[in-house]
Amino acid sequence: MSPFPARAAAAATVLLLAVPVAVPVLSTLAAWATPATDVWSHQLQHVLPRAGLNTALLVLLVAAGAGLLGTALAWLVAAHDFPGRKFFGWALLAPLALPGYVMAVVFAGALDFSGPLQTAGRALLGDTWRLPAVRSIGGAALVLTLTLYPYVYMLARVAFESTGARTLEAAQSLGLDRRAAFRRVVLPMARPAIAAGIGLVAMETLADFGVVAAFNVDTFTTAIYRAWFGMFSLAAALQMAALLALLALVAAGIERRLRGGRGFAAQRSSGGMLQRVRLPAAQGRWAAAAASTVLAVAFVLPLAQLLAWAWQHAAEDLDGRYLGFVLRSVALAASGAIVVVMAAVTLGYALRSDRRTWLQLLGRFASVGYALPGTVLAVGLFAPIAMMNGWMQDWLDVHWGDAAPQLALQGTLLTMLLAYLARFLAVGVGPVESGLARIHRNLDEAAVSLGARGVARLGRVHLPLLRGSVLAAAVLVFVDLMKELPITLMTRPFGFETLAVRVFEMAAEGEWARAALPSVFIVAAGLIPVWFLARRFTHVA
Amino acid sequence: MSLELHDVSKCFGPRPAVEHLSFALAAGEIGCLLGPSGCGKTTALRCVAGFETLDAGRILLQGRVVSDHDLHVPPHARGVGLVFQEHALFPHLTALGNVEFGLRALASAERRARAVDTLRLVGLDDCAEAYPAELSGGQQQRVAIARALAPRPAVLLLDEPFASLDATLRERLVEELRTLLKSLGMTALVVTHDQQEAFALADRVGLMREGRLEQWATPYELYHRPVSRFVARFVGQASFLPAARAADGVLQTELGPLSAQAVDSTCCDMDCEVLLRPDDIVHDDDAPRRGRIVDRVFRGANFLYTLELASGRRVLALVPSHHDHHVGELIGVRLDTEHVVTFAAGEC
Repeated sequence: MSPFPARAAAAATVLLLAVPVAVPVLSTLAAWATPATDVWSHQLQHVLPRAGLNTALLVLLVAAGAGLLGTALAWLVAAHDFPGRKFFGWALLAPLALPGYVMAVVFAGALDFSGPLQTAGRALLGDTWRLPAVRSIGGAALVLTLTLYPYVYMLARVAFESTGARTLEAAQSLGLDRRAAFRRVVLPMARPAIAAGIGLVAMETLADFGVVAAFNVDTFTTAIYRAWFGMFSLAAALQMAALLALLALVAAGIERRLRGGRGFAAQRSSGGMLQRVRLPAAQGRWAAAAASTVLAVAFVLPLAQLLAWAWQHAAEDLDGRYLGFVLRSVALAASGAIVVVMAAVTLGYALRSDRRTWLQLLGRFASVGYALPGTVLAVGLFAPIAMMNGWMQDWLDVHWGDAAPQLALQGTLLTMLLAYLARFLAVGVGPVESGLARIHRNLDEAAVSLGARGVARLGRVHLPLLRGSVLAAAVLVFVDLMKELPITLMTRPFGFETLAVRVFEMAAEGEWARAALPSVFIVAAGLIPVWFLARRFTHVA
Repeated sequence: MSLELHDVSKCFGPRPAVEHLSFALAAGEIGCLLGPSGCGKTTALRCVAGFETLDAGRILLQGRVVSDHDLHVPPHARGVGLVFQEHALFPHLTALGNVEFGLRALASAERRARAVDTLRLVGLDDCAEAYPAELSGGQQQRVAIARALAPRPAVLLLDEPFASLDATLRERLVEELRTLLKSLGMTALVVTHDQQEAFALADRVGLMREGRLEQWATPYELYHRPVSRFVARFVGQASFLPAARAADGVLQTELGPLSAQAVDSTCCDMDCEVLLRPDDIVHDDDAPRRGRIVDRVFRGANFLYTLELASGRRVLALVPSHHDHHVGELIGVRLDTEHVVTFAAGEC
């Protein structure tokens, strides 16, 4: 149907957008293909088992913790009525606004030996009283569980609510009471959704850098960072990144499979929403207390602590430099969001106008970067760009001699933006694709029949209809970039400090309280998408 | 009696959904609650199933009270089978798994055997390992029936069981279901808004209107001896013609006299209206009385003509297909009725 140039253009676009993901994947794989003669490679022998064991343990603990907490809260809110249910329904999403590394800062500071809790504990229980060390793998698991459980909560709640009243009634008519019906029908039907939520949690845990760095837990991500910055071995970093990428892609593959799965959720059983059971007064109070406790520990108290610290240090820290952090963060996130959203619209449009299978698959691949930890993308892109930089410098030196300009492509905004694009393209593609899917193909044909083709059709028909989706995509990417730590940290130009980098540096020096001020800005930005989600949830309910 | 409802009432807020509902089903009888949407028929079914508590009245299953003012046996302890409009099959279980679901009390070998037998009963034994998503609408419906039958319930309740299926399939499945229920001697209560379905399936039909039972009768009685104009109109097409009673008891209408023995004994003395079904009016070229065709609907085997009489009254006539007349033509008609049902002139 479409003329040849249009097909070629679509293919070229998709190919081009797949490059930022393909390069890090290939360069990390290539690191294993070339035997490492590096002095540091033997160190790998010591680092790897420890990092691997810690990573596995952490993923296991967080998956179990977030899975249990998220599922329990979802069932409580979806199937029961108790005081404050509506409020908790959306408020329990709030911890999404706190990036793990900010939460880590709060926990490390508040539960420190000299922190308020331990001081009070010693005063009450004697000088020898100690809390279990929070800066440990257990502490990291706790922090990650508290920040990541909303993924499971969100997906499980939607699954529970879509189970439908009739299905539960069918189970009851076959001799099961409500509790047994939950165990034998509702839970198994929601299992793919819960597993998908846990898969997301596992991916985020694998990718986490900020929490484990703040708590000094050796995992793959910190090992990659230290191999690079501590030992200056790109090869060792790349090799570990390849292992981590493999793990992350396996987790993503499992998540995708489960979500596709037998598609219980897609095959919604109708018959109205699940009827909520009104809990008796005493039980209702317990339910409200349980939800309040989670909300307090995972959001309210950390936020209060951050605000208190920020207030204490605002006078000395809030100077001209802060304006710089904020401006750089906002400018970086905004330009990243623009790049990603433009790429997402182009990709979505190319894939819509050309349905060839290989192109569709390549398009999927282009957004697979969301599964790759930031550390992997950072080293995976940095290495080939640095190598290319070297070749170009050689060429320039040969041809221009002393007059040759000094290149440093690897430490520029370009590398950062490419890495952002690779990591967050999926975040932009999601809303854009669902927006495009809502535009019926008949509309395309109507536009063509009225003479609007190609770019004219995009500008006059699609973009106006996509405005909401594009805006949503831009906001989501913007907020993700405001919170992003490892890519920014590892690919930024020398001395380029953002809010997230500032939090990391303060945390690295153990200056927990001074990390609060930049954290407050990040949390404020992070509340935007939570507000969006919460609004959608309350509309459904 | 397998199922008895005595004076059952149920309100949702200020709105009564079911009022003073009473009927009973003997063992092996198939009952049907028929009515327009919102008439309370599904609420009545859900009261029997135990998903709603009663505001007043009593429900007995096999002589045992399961619902009254103070007592409410929960749904899972009632021993009723339930088939839903949307089937509500468990999507994570195979067809066999769905049928086995309610048989937990049995040992596993016996459970398997019973489930396989029940699937065979509905003709689906070769789809045992299929998941609901892999089955067609009709197959899903059979699994739903097998699942409800497998625990051998005292009463089977079916809520619009054919509503989600297409028309041709529906007709066949209705017949199959009646044969199956009769062969098992199963007592069943069906809820539907479709009169054809109700007539084809049930021994007794209850027509409901705004929460009340208008009439509880056999399909034949309901059609030929409706107690109200609402019933007359809901089950089949109806025209009404004014009539005057002569001294000898014969009713005089515009289309001729109706003999006294055909007239319902409960007929009032004053002016009244008689109910005429389209098949009560026969086309006869020699008949003295004529009607002008104002509308016609071709139905294959016959035409449904709307006729305007001299008085301006309109009646419906069912005429064999080979009498092809045009709109505007005058055709001769006469009455051919066995029962005459009359209503007071004023009521509606």
